[in-house]
Amino acid sequence: MPDVGLPVPPHSPPASHGVYGPSALGGGLHRFWSLTFMLARTEFKLRFFGSVFGYLWTLVRPLLFFGVLLFVFTTVLHVGSKKVPHYPEYLLESIILFTYFQETTSGSVASLVGRENLLRRVRFPRLVIPLSVALFCFFNLCMNLIVVFIFILASGVEPRWSWLELPVLMALLVTISAGVGMLLSALYVRFRDIQPIWEVVAQLLWYGSPILYTVQSVEDKHLLGISFAHILTINPLGAIITQARKALLQSSAPSAAATLGGDVRLLIPLGIVAAMFALGLWYFNHEAPLISEKL
Amino acid sequence: MSIQDVSKTFRLPHQQYSTLKERALHPLRRTTYDELHAVNNVTLEIADGEFFGIVGRNGSGKSTLLKCIAGIYGVDSGRISVAGRLSPFIELGVGFNPDLNARDNVIINAIMLGLTRKQALRRFDDVVAFAELEEFMDLRLKNYSSGMLVRLAFATSIQVEAEVLLIDEVLAVGDAAFQQKCFEEFFRLKREGRTIVFVSHDMYSVERFCDRAMLMDHGDVVQIGDPRTIGRAYHELNFGQLAHDAPAESHSDSGTTIADAWFENERGERVSSVSQEDGLRMCFEVRFAEELDEPVFAVTLRTDLGHTIIVARSDQHGRSSGSFKAGESVVAKFAIPNWLTPSRYLLTPSLARAGTGESALALVEDMASVVVHGSVSSGGILELPVDVKLERA
Repeated sequence: MPDVGLPVPPHSPPASHGVYGPSALGGGLHRFWSLTFMLARTEFKLRFFGSVFGYLWTLVRPLLFFGVLLFVFTTVLHVGSKKVPHYPEYLLESIILFTYFQETTSGSVASLVGRENLLRRVRFPRLVIPLSVALFCFFNLCMNLIVVFIFILASGVEPRWSWLELPVLMALLVTISAGVGMLLSALYVRFRDIQPIWEVVAQLLWYGSPILYTVQSVEDKHLLGISFAHILTINPLGAIITQARKALLQSSAPSAAATLGGDVRLLIPLGIVAAMFALGLWYFNHEAPLISEKL
Repeated sequence: MSIQDVSKTFRLPHQQYSTLKERALHPLRRTTYDELHAVNNVTLEIADGEFFGIVGRNGSGKSTLLKCIAGIYGVDSGRISVAGRLSPFIELGVGFNPDLNARDNVIINAIMLGLTRKQALRRFDDVVAFAELEEFMDLRLKNYSSGMLVRLAFATSIQVEAEVLLIDEVLAVGDAAFQQKCFEEFFRLKREGRTIVFVSHDMYSVERFCDRAMLMDHGDVVQIGDPRTIGRAYHELNFGQLAHDAPAESHSDSGTTIADAWFENERGERVSSVSQEDGLRMCFEVRFAEELDEPVFAVTLRTDLGHTIIVARSDQHGRSSGSFKAGESVVAKFAIPNWLTPSRYLLTPSLARAGTGESALALVEDMASVVVHGSVSSGGILELPVDVKLERA
C-alpha cells in the first residue's frame, strides 16, 4: 500500500487523567471538532435523504407554522397585531429562535441511546453526540435566519448597527440549548421518562416565552406579586427574544434589561444560561464513563 | 501494554426500574442486583510488536477485557497502561449507516476511527481498491451483501495507522480470496511491528498469527502460553467437560450388558481428549449374562453432529471371536490411526449375535466421547495422509 500522509494520532492515552476509560471530553480538540462536524453532517444527509424537496422542508416548515399562527392571531383572534409594530416579523423571528432551542433539546434527549452502536464499539469523547445535535440545528437556525432577514427587509425595516447584537444572542441561545441538551441526553440513559416529560416542559416554555405576544402586553398582569414581564424575561429564552426584538425590529422597544428593571437584573437570565450549561456539562462528564454500559 | 489486576463487574438489576413512575410507585423496594464478574484480576503484559491472541468460550470475558483495553468500558479496579497510539475500534464497520452510500460511509467510518476528513478523502481510493468494490461506491449500504459490507469495513479499518490494534472476531467472514488478503494484511502489520491484540473463537487463525495467546474462562485467566498449548487447552475446555456426561445405563434385553466404554491413547491410558499426533483406541467392556458363541463386538464412531465416521466389527475378515460363558467380562479394543479432524467424537458400542449382526444384544448410544485436538484442520472430516505429486503432462 502506498504511503499516503502521516499516520494519525487517533488517541493519546489519557494518562494525565489518571482514569483509564471513556470520558466526555479528551482525545484532542481537533478530533473533537471533526467528530462533531461529521456526526452533524451525517444527520443532515440522513434527514433529507429521500425527500423530494430535501432541505427546503427545514425552511418551509417553520414558515408554514408561522403562517398558521399569524392567521389565527391577527385575523381570527385579533390579538396583538394592531398594537404591536412589526408583529409578523416578531412572530417569525421568535418562532425561529425558539425552534432552535426546541429542536436541539428534544433531539438531544434520545441521541445517546440512538447512537448505541457507536458508544459500545469505539472510544471517542462522548460529548460529541449531544453537541453534534446542537451543531446540526445551528445550521438550520442560520438558514432560517436568512429567511427572517429577507422578511424583515421586505417589511421596510432598515439595516442598522444593532443587528450585530444578534450573534451574541445566538451564542447565548446555543449555550443554553446545548447545556440542556447535554443534561437531557445523559439523564435519558438512566430515566426513559425524560422524553415525555421534556415534551410537556418544552410546550410550557413555548407558551411561557414571549413568542405569540410581547412582554409589554403582559406588563400589568401579576403572579404572586411579580410582574409577568419580569417572569418572562427571567426566562433566558424570553430575555433573548425580547432583546432580539429591540435589536432587529424596533429600537424603541424595551430591552431585556429595561423589562427586568435594571442592568444588574440582567445577570439573572445570564446566570441561568451559564448555570444550565455548567450543570449539563458537569452531569454529562460525571455520567460519561458509564454511558456505554447503561444504555 | 501492561494490564495489572484488572477487574470489571457488571451489575445486572433483577428488575429494571428505568422510569421515574416505577421508582415512585415502589420507593421501598430496593433494586437487587446480580453481579456479573466479567473480568477478574487479569494481569497481563504484552510486548511491543507482539501479536497476542485471547481465546475463550462465549461469556468468558474476553470481549469485555478488550473493551476495557480500548477504553470503551471503565475498569472497576486495576490499571491499564498502553504505550503508543491505540486504535479506537474493536469491531468492523463502526458508524456504518445503511441509508447512506458506500462513499459516505467510508469517510464516516474513517473519521470515527481517528482520521481527519482530509486524510480520509486522501485514502479513499486505497480503501476502495483494497475492498475491490469500485463499481459499487454509489450504492446504498442497505443494498450491500454481508460479504461486501465486511470487505468495505475491513478495508477502511486497516487504514488506521495505529501502533496498537485491538481486533474482535473479524476473520470469520468474506470469501476465501478476501480472507487470504486479510491474512496477508495481518502479516504485513505484524512485520511492521504493530502490537495486535486479537480476540477469536477460531483457534486456527490464533495459532497461525499469534506469538502468544491467553485462554479465559468465566472472567479468569486460565493459561497464558504459546498458541498451540492454548489451542489444546481451549479444545479441552470446550469439549472436555462434556466427555464425562455420557449415559451410563446399558440398554439390553438379554441381561448381557455393556458395563463401560472409553477411549484410550496409544499408551493405553484412558483419555477424554487426545492430540492428533496420538493414536486412538475405542474400547468397551461387556458382561455376559448367558452363554454365547461367536458374538459380534462392534463400535460406531460418530461426530458431534451424528455423522458416522467408522463402523468397526469384530467379525471383519471372517475372524472368530470365540465362546463366552455367563458371568464373564470381556474388554474389546479397536485401535485406529488418528486421522480425525479436531472436534468431539462419540462412541456407540454394541454387541450382537453371530450372523447378521442385526439383532443387538446390547447397545448404548454415544456412551463415551473424546475430543481430538490439534492444528491440522483442512475442513474435511478426516485428515488422511496425502501424498501430493505434480507432473507436467
